[in-house]
Amino acid sequence: MDKSEIKAFIAKRVAKELKDGDVVNLGIGLPTLIPAYLPEGVHVILQSENGIIGTGAKPTPEEADPHFKIDAGGSPAQAAVFGCYIDSATSFGFIRGGHVNATILGGLEVDQEGSLSNWIIPGKKMPGMGGAMDLLVGAKEVIVAMEHTAKGKPKILKKCTLPYTAVHCVTKIITEMCVIDVTDKGLELVEINPEFTVDDVKAATEADLIVSPDLKPMC
Amino acid sequence: MRNKIISVAEAVDMIPDGATIMYGGFLGCGSAHHIIDALAEKGTKDLTIIGNDCGMATGPLGEEYYGVAKLVHNHQVKHVIATHVGMTPDVGTQGMVDKTLTVDLIPQGSLAEMIRAGGAGLGGVLTPTGVGTIVEDSPFCLGKQTIDGKEYLLMKPIRADFALLNGHIIDKFGNIWYKGTTRNFNIVMATAADVVIAEADNVVEIGDIQPENVVTSGAFVNYIVDGGNV
Repeated sequence: MDKSEIKAFIAKRVAKELKDGDVVNLGIGLPTLIPAYLPEGVHVILQSENGIIGTGAKPTPEEADPHFKIDAGGSPAQAAVFGCYIDSATSFGFIRGGHVNATILGGLEVDQEGSLSNWIIPGKKMPGMGGAMDLLVGAKEVIVAMEHTAKGKPKILKKCTLPYTAVHCVTKIITEMCVIDVTDKGLELVEINPEFTVDDVKAATEADLIVSPDLKPMC
Repeated sequence: MRNKIISVAEAVDMIPDGATIMYGGFLGCGSAHHIIDALAEKGTKDLTIIGNDCGMATGPLGEEYYGVAKLVHNHQVKHVIATHVGMTPDVGTQGMVDKTLTVDLIPQGSLAEMIRAGGAGLGGVLTPTGVGTIVEDSPFCLGKQTIDGKEYLLMKPIRADFALLNGHIIDKFGNIWYKGTTRNFNIVMATAADVVIAEADNVVEIGDIQPENVVTSGAFVNYIVDGGNV
């Protein structure tokens, strides 16, 4: 698979996690591909943490109003017919208060304690955590959707080396190789892409993996 | 009723060197652009600025240094308190390379509540956000507390000398109606500064905004700048 095929494959699998009526916050990049793969009959309520509950379809160039209506990535956006515009305190009360069913975001590193690092590589750039830390502690399901390795090096580790975005927060990891559930006992391999073996996955993963007795093919 | 309408120049003249300013806006969407541009032109310096981000190095329609990005670019800022500064490389350069700028990064939801606390007479905010992260080392974090078995960080309230708001329709009392996603930090900042200046895209007469549609009461607003029918 090339890069864009990998992203599409991961997005398609993540889409199956979402239920009709779920409130979902999507991170930038790969997660924005997910709505296109939602199964028929599944409609989710998208939240943009800068101020929309019920984000609508991407505006056409004629509809776009970028000085007044944007999403959290700064791109033109608009509320759906059923949606509304809110302020930041309300938005993050909504997030921390447990009203978001799932947040899906990428990761630089995830570890077997379910902790995630995805906001800073010290000394490189100065970005900022933005809303990521709040989303990770507030959303009921935290799904990390990312490529399994970076330049061949494992990203799923025993312990993150980069500064944490949040600790003990991830519930599921979905990559092009497999689906991993974060459980009280550790990371459980529950689905595997038939193109790979369990040994392939273990070789690409630094963290300890518990292979589910009910391991299924990922599709 | 007292006339609250002032010119952009009068607004900027109220803000001295060294002032602490909070500004509404998310990547410049919902910022008081006329006032900020005038501050940049006047060269007011040693500012502490508090907001979600520092605008954008390039705005949505190609604007150069959109929002407070131009204040940072002009070296008028000594301290930034924000949640995300990735769209303005000047902040990283001045903060990490030149070391002329102090930058405090705070999670977005925490910053909103800390400002809300500052405007609501509260002594702080207990939030689970940031537990186990470097936010615990922030000068704005006063420690950890365990309540019913769950850990929280105690974050300080934040206030400023000036709040610069932007509203799409503002009546002459200062009642504000916001368009689209421009509410963001404007709502809480209206409550948390000694002097609140609201830039109106459109100024209307008192009564033109129905009381049910007022989002920010004019009672919070000290001055109105007419941004000129955007």
